[in-house]
Formats: sequence, C-alpha cells, structure tokens
Amino acid sequence: MADLLRETVRAAAEDGADWRALGEQLGVLGLAVPERWGGSGAGLGEAAVVAEELGAVLASVPFVSTVVAARLLVESGDDAACADLLPGLCDGSRTFAVASLPTGVDRPAGTAEGVVDGPGATDLLVLAGDGLFHVDGAAAEVVPVPTLDLTRPQADITFAETPARRLGPAAPATDVAVTLLAAELVGVARTMLDTAVTYARERVQFGRPIGSFQAVKHRCADMLVELELARSVAEHAARTHDHGGDDPALASSLAHVVATDAARRVTGDAIQVLGGVGITWEHPAHRYYKRAVTSAALWGGRAHRDRLAKLAIDGNDGRSSHAG
Amino acid sequence: MTEHLVVDAARRLVAEHPPASTPTEEFLGARFDAGLAWVHFPRGLGGLGVAPGLQGAADAVVEAAGGPNPFDLNPMGYGMAAPTVLAHGSPALHERLLRPLYTCEEIWCQLFSEPGAGSDLAGLATRAVRDGDGWRATGQKVWTSKAHEARWALLLARTDPDVPKHKGLTYFVLDMRDPGVEVRPLRQLTGDAEFNEVWLRDARLDDAWRLGDVGAGWKVAMTTLMNERTAIGGGSIERGSGSIGDALALWRSQPDPGLRDRIVTLFARADALRLTGMRHAAERGDGPAGPMGSLGKLVGAELNQAVYELCVDLLGTAGTRHPGYDGDPATHDTLTWKFLRSRANTIEGGTAEVLRGILAERVLGLPGDIRVDKDTPWREVPRG
Repeated sequence: MADLLRETVRAAAEDGADWRALGEQLGVLGLAVPERWGGSGAGLGEAAVVAEELGAVLASVPFVSTVVAARLLVESGDDAACADLLPGLCDGSRTFAVASLPTGVDRPAGTAEGVVDGPGATDLLVLAGDGLFHVDGAAAEVVPVPTLDLTRPQADITFAETPARRLGPAAPATDVAVTLLAAELVGVARTMLDTAVTYARERVQFGRPIGSFQAVKHRCADMLVELELARSVAEHAARTHDHGGDDPALASSLAHVVATDAARRVTGDAIQVLGGVGITWEHPAHRYYKRAVTSAALWGGRAHRDRLAKLAIDGNDGRSSHAG
Repeated sequence: MTEHLVVDAARRLVAEHPPASTPTEEFLGARFDAGLAWVHFPRGLGGLGVAPGLQGAADAVVEAAGGPNPFDLNPMGYGMAAPTVLAHGSPALHERLLRPLYTCEEIWCQLFSEPGAGSDLAGLATRAVRDGDGWRATGQKVWTSKAHEARWALLLARTDPDVPKHKGLTYFVLDMRDPGVEVRPLRQLTGDAEFNEVWLRDARLDDAWRLGDVGAGWKVAMTTLMNERTAIGGGSIERGSGSIGDALALWRSQPDPGLRDRIVTLFARADALRLTGMRHAAERGDGPAGPMGSLGKLVGAELNQAVYELCVDLLGTAGTRHPGYDGDPATHDTLTWKFLRSRANTIEGGTAEVLRGILAERVLGLPGDIRVDKDTPWREVPRG
C-alpha cells in the first residue's frame, strides 16, 4: 500500500501535478480524513509518504497546512463544520492555512505573523486563546511576506472585526505539522543527495570523475548518513502518531531537530559538491537549500531543542512544556 | 520450521539444563546439540537449518533464563570464525572445530592486520610457503585480541607474491600452540593491553586446515569482515543506553547550561541512530549484512567520541582526574577511561575513512579511489 502510494505520488509530482489533481484525481489530500467527509481514513504515515514526495520535487503546494487543518477540524468535534469544509479540503477546491495568534487574544483579532501557506488560502483556521476558529480567507487582511524560501509562501494576516466561527477548543497543531515537515525534508535531502551523487559521477576534473576523490566522496557519504538518520526519525514520528509506542511530543520534536539539521546540511553540501554550478540561479539547488533553512525555523523552530531536552534529557517533569 | 518450534526447543533446553546450576561449557554444549547455537546452520553443527531470523527467538528465551552468551566469551570465534569455517571449511573441520568453539573450550583469535597492512589489508606481507604436505608461515601480525588465550587463529597469509595483492592470499586455521608462534601484549594509550602482537617464525600450517582455495584468501576474508562489522555496528535498542546513557546520567547530576545545545544534538543523534539500526534490521530481514551495515558502525564510533568529550567537558577539572594507567579493570568504569578508549572506535574494525569509502562506493555508486597497485604484482608495490 505505502509503496504503491509512493510510486503514484512520485510519478504525479514529477509530472508537475497541480493541487486539484492531487485532490480529485489522486485523492491524497484527504488521506488522513475519515471517509464520511470525503477522505480515505488512512493515517499520518500515508500522509508522510506524500509529504516526502512533494518535498522531493519542491512542490509549491500547501500540503502540510492542509493535513494539519484536517486534523484540527476532525478533532474539533464540530460535525457541521467538518461536513461543510472537509469535502472541499479533500478535493482541493478549498485551501487552508493555520494561524496562531499571540497569547492574550481569545478570538481572531490582531495580527498573526508569518502564517505558512497564508497567501491565497480560501479558509483560515485560527488558534486564539483556548479556541479554534474558522475564518473566510477573503475576510481577513492577508499580506504576503517575502522569505528566503521561494517555494512556500507566508503571510501576515490581520483580523479586524472579522467574522469568525468558533469550532471548538484549541488543540496543539505543532506535532502533526513538524512530523510532516520532517518527512518533507527527507524528500528535500533525498533529491539533493541524488543530484550531488549524479554530478560527482559525471563531472570530470584532473582527468577523473570528481566522485573518485575522497574529499568529495566522503562528503557524499556524510550526506547519506544525515539522510538515513532523518528518515528514521521522520518515520518514527509518523508511526508514533498513528500507532503509539512512544511519546508523540518527544517523537515530533526529535524528528524536527534531526531532520532540519540533516536537510540544511545535505542541501548545503550538495551546493558544495556542485561547485560553481551550485551557486547559480539557474540550478535548483539553491531553492532546496532555502526551503531547508526556512523550514528549520517553522512550527517551533529551535524551541524543539529545548522541548526535547525537557522531555528526554533533563530527567525532571518537563512534560508540560510546549514548543512554538 | 516455525518460530514456536524454535521457542519450544529453547524452553526445553533451559528447563533441562537450568543456566544457574549448569556449568557454562555444559550448557553451551547442550545448546549446540539442540541446534540452537546458530539456528541457520545445518543439523548436527549447532543448527536446525532454518532461517537466521529465527535466532532471535532462541536467544530471547536463553537470555531471559540467564544463559551464558558465547559472544562475550569468544567474540572472534563466535562472531567471525564460525561463519567462515562453516562457509569455507571441509566437513572434517566442521566436526572438529565448531562445537568446542561454541562451548568456548577453544578460544579463537584473528591474525589479519600487520604493522604494514592496516586499512590496506590486502597488502599484507606474512608469507606462507609450501613445506612437504603443509606450509610454513613467517611474519608479524598486530591488533590481535585474545591471542594469549587462543587455541586457534584465523590467518591470512601471502602464498604468491608475484600476482596482484588480492590474488596471492590464502586463508588458514593456525594452531596457536605451534612453537613458531610468539605472543606479546601491546599496550594502548589507555594503559591496557587488550591486544597483542604475534610473531610467526616458520609456524607450521596443515593444508587440510586451509579455508578455501589457494589464492582465494581475500574472498574468504570478506566473509569474516562482513560479520565483524555487523557485530560491531549492531547497536542497542533501548533509548538512552550505551555511551549517551553515561552522558545523560552525568548531565542529570550536574547540568551545565552552556553545554545544553551539545547534549541535545548528541542525544538526538544517538536516538536517530538507534531508530536507524532498528529500521535497517527490519528492512534487511533475513538477508545478508550489506554495505549499509557500515553506517551504524561509522556513526556510532564518532558519536561515542563526541559523547565522552562532552562528559569530560561537563566534569571540568574533575574530568582530567584519572585513577591510573596500570590496566586495572576497575578503571574501565570511569568516564575518563571510556573517553580515552573511544579514540580507538574510529580506527578498529574499519577506520571511519574506509567506512565512508564503502558507503560512497557501494551504496551511492561513486567511482573507486585511484589505485596504483591494483594490477601490479605485490612484490613490486612500494611498502613503508
């Protein structure tokens, strides 16, 4: 099942399938949505496979936000809202972004900064105080924010007397988001390792392929190590969310810490192996590097390091801590 | 045969020979005779002829009952000699060698590395020359664990210096009681002498104790080395065990905010390595140990060094106090001894550089290194 899903999504992603095709034709947007609302009732493990393949081609689609939004909607317990919104989420006719407002605000008001996938979202889910709200994307003031990453848009979103519907209590969205982010970064690193290795086999200097020189081949071996470690923590986090066996908070923060470090290192090293070609605008390597660097700051960023320490290293009761 | 039959056989074994009241040799002998030594070996040679993946089921029952682990007592024998003897030895050698190897009545050592042949093992210079119906071996070996207590050795020697290095090697079992064998302990930077130097001076080799064909020694040695790296890189499956466990215990008793980021990085890497070992084992199933086995050994070795460096930094000036270099086993529990010992991790069992080469060439498919000696007769290759 997972292999078939992977092959299908890989073929579609490499062909540049658009958002509606992912929803309507492949049905992968609602993988983790119950069947009665238009989904296929699978788990985060399946969604992570999709995230990896979309990361591998650096698809500029709001997949992570969509899966997080679906999870928030389902867990809100608001069946009417689910029936309203989830079928459109699954077929791709709606696009979602999830905005978190600073503490002290108990309804959509003020500005949420750097909302991932905010530009163009038809629907916004807003975490404010102890509540989860739905806001029509067109009703809020959405100002795109340029970032290092050219492939995942962000926006500052301002709510001023904006109509909002309360769906239920606020639920943590971070762990699901970073689990998918880690899978996506595995795809990002995988493509850049493949690119670097292919280049090192073909590029000839001093009369030999540069991949025969230890300075280059050992760097590639280190990139492989990083990718393998990242894949292990990413799969573990998704498996933990679906089937238990570990603390989901710990597994999620572990995935963030390891996968973001790995992706930044592998994409940066790929540029080095590519040499002059790697620092041109024309070659895609910089886009992967920028995706990796920017992703590391999202959904908690370095706060996951502190959280991992509290959960697994400090050895006291750090379990009430939250990242991001 | 299914798993429950292996489990039943193991339960019968521990019921009939309770480990607590049975001498080690006797228990291991009974285990061998029950076919539970290495379940994938043929019947009569310590096995049941079933899939190697079923070994874990037998091990779990014996371990839970407190049975002895032959790997601890005879690591070279159990981990390397047994698979090599089985794959390349004659039926007579199987009969003679495997049972006392498993019961640990006969300890084994490995005579591969030489002062002039470390990473470039195939360049080794120990010569074996024909002598009547046998051979005589002369040369110097190094980094030999257990040589002083070993009954038998796995010996790789050069039998033809006029062909390229990989083609002129032959693999033998050497009798360590031969008068041509001299063993001298080799003291390491820890002060311990875990290893030995071994001198061979016209040591007698029986041709019937040759493993594989004359000139096929390199291929036979690969059987041994693949099993070595898998044994070293196997890894534990408990979170926070091994070297990172030492760092966690120290951190909890004396945390240092300035070093927090380092312990987070190392803990995350250790846990990622643990999960990778489990993932690779599941993906491999009953298949053979492949080049990816080098990854666990590489990462684990470098991680050990970084972890014990952190421990010494956490200890501050106390991290430089050390009970002494007299090789007293009591010092092996100290963080400073582990810190010093970890320097060997990236050298023994394949250097970090060799392992990176294996990952790059055999997993990623990058081209081989420049080799000036590949097609040159061994005799003409410069040595230093």
